[in-house]
Amino acid sequence: MSDAQAKQMALVGGFASTAAARAQAREAAAVGATKIEARAFSFFYGAFQALDAITIAIPQGEVTALIGPSGCGKSTLLRAINRMHDTTPGARAEGVLTLDDGPIYGAEVDPILLRRRVGMVFQRPNPFAKSIFDNVAYGLRVLGERNRSVISERVEWALRRAALWAEVKDRLKAPGTALSGGQQQRLCIARAIATTPEVLLMDEPCSALDPIATLKVEDLINELRGEFTILMVTHNMQQAARVSDHTAFMLMDAQTRAGNLVEFSPTGQLFTNPKDQRTEAYLSGRFG
Amino acid sequence: MTLQTNMLNYGGRRVVDRTLRGCTVVATAIAIIPLVLIIGYVLVVGGSSLNVAFFTQTYMPPVPADSGGAVDPATGLPADFAGIDVSGGTLADPNAPVVPAEPDLTQIQAQGGVLHGIVGTLLITLVGLLFALPIGLMAGIFLAEYPSNSLATGIRFCCDVLSGAPSIVIGVVGYTLLVQQARTYSGLAGAVAITFLMVPTIARTTEEMLKLVPHAVREAAMAMGAPKWYGTLTVVVPTALTGIVTGALLAFARGAGETAPLLLTIQGNSNLSYDLLAPMAALPLLTYKYIESPFPAENQLAWGTAFVLLLLVLGVNLLVRVVTTRIKGGV
Repeated sequence: MSDAQAKQMALVGGFASTAAARAQAREAAAVGATKIEARAFSFFYGAFQALDAITIAIPQGEVTALIGPSGCGKSTLLRAINRMHDTTPGARAEGVLTLDDGPIYGAEVDPILLRRRVGMVFQRPNPFAKSIFDNVAYGLRVLGERNRSVISERVEWALRRAALWAEVKDRLKAPGTALSGGQQQRLCIARAIATTPEVLLMDEPCSALDPIATLKVEDLINELRGEFTILMVTHNMQQAARVSDHTAFMLMDAQTRAGNLVEFSPTGQLFTNPKDQRTEAYLSGRFG
Repeated sequence: MTLQTNMLNYGGRRVVDRTLRGCTVVATAIAIIPLVLIIGYVLVVGGSSLNVAFFTQTYMPPVPADSGGAVDPATGLPADFAGIDVSGGTLADPNAPVVPAEPDLTQIQAQGGVLHGIVGTLLITLVGLLFALPIGLMAGIFLAEYPSNSLATGIRFCCDVLSGAPSIVIGVVGYTLLVQQARTYSGLAGAVAITFLMVPTIARTTEEMLKLVPHAVREAAMAMGAPKWYGTLTVVVPTALTGIVTGALLAFARGAGETAPLLLTIQGNSNLSYDLLAPMAALPLLTYKYIESPFPAENQLAWGTAFVLLLLVLGVNLLVRVVTTRIKGGV
């Protein structure tokens, strides 16, 4: 069996064994060690440069928030991590972006296997037109899990982790699209964590939700801290302050319109004592 | 504050509004009246020619009224022909033109039914759908999910041309490709001709329905690590399933009503036949045959077949309604 086959087996074949292996790996790797690293990472849409030489190290098991005005490249950076741009014509990356020291844009990297390690939650809740159960079970079935008791066990686990179990346990067969917006978003989070990915990307997960649903999702992020490496884009600075351990402030260059990383600090420090003038100006609402 | 009717030219604007609204009502009425008349006429005239035998029997030759099928032992002709001189007149003047007695065609009674036509239509259209569904479905998926390549553009163009092609052209193609090669008319040739008509309809509706599925749903499947084919089959197609089923049913209804392609491929059959490799009957063909008949009683049967055909198409359309309103779980 070649290395590639072994990797395939590990990722596709036995779900339970990989989950255990990941849990072990997580215990072994100290929280705070670098999980995702960008070194002079640039991103282009055709001739337009969206990201200009970003260098950042996202720590494992912690919550990192990406803030900045619209168009600064937050979402581009986030979506570069699970290669969601692959289907965009003309999109291309330069520089280094690694997940656990493995290059994300390496020639041999299969984006499908990458996405099985990096889950994603979108801005608008986008449950499938399937039952609540099938929504959460989707990722497991993608991985080839066919054992029903394993699936229902994982579905219950994910729904409990997403703080949705109590609300939906009596109607798992109801369509996921029939839930309220906040419930749908928590369903999408349950769907994303059901396969226990290592990284969870969240692209403005609360921007389509009301304040109460937002609070529930934030509680959920706090719950998932430590277990997953969470990277979230948010326009809501209070939210970044409430839930994140580290905050990255990005800004669009006025001339080139490319996104730059201005400052990356522990959240408390960035909000109370920013190193960069521009960060302070943005936080105090003087521009952006 | 003047919010009342003394506003500038209020009366004039009201007249224009009323007039234009009246125009739209009249135009709608003009569009609907023929439709209502056609359906009403077929229902009334066709409905009156229906009886149990119509649905349970196949073709039988018409018989003169009240003969009860009795045969005159002397001439071998039906009993009612007894009074008619069938010898061709006297031989007094051999050069005198022979004037055969003019039979009163209104006295001829139709018998039998169109079971063979109902079976033929259902069989041919179902087999056609069986061929057309996988091809049309996959073509539609290709057009919607891989839209920006020149092959897709070409296929889309061909679909549009094919769905607009006169159906007699399809009939000629079916005749040349299948009937001439197999040296026989057959139900299968008809089914293939119907397939040619259904594929573009199914492909284009499938494409349109898949395009309505939000991009976010595709992204969600992609972000779950699903390969494109898996996401398409398990998420995108099920989301659009209602629309796709509707498209297939409408294609079925259209196929059931086609006449020209069948005329050149299945030939027609007076007997009940389930053999797809032999000539077969179909309702539109029977309608054509009966309306051409010299016997008014058989003309009446044409309305009966038209009625059944209309009922079939209406039934399918109703089914479409049920499908689209019942399954609202989708997006």
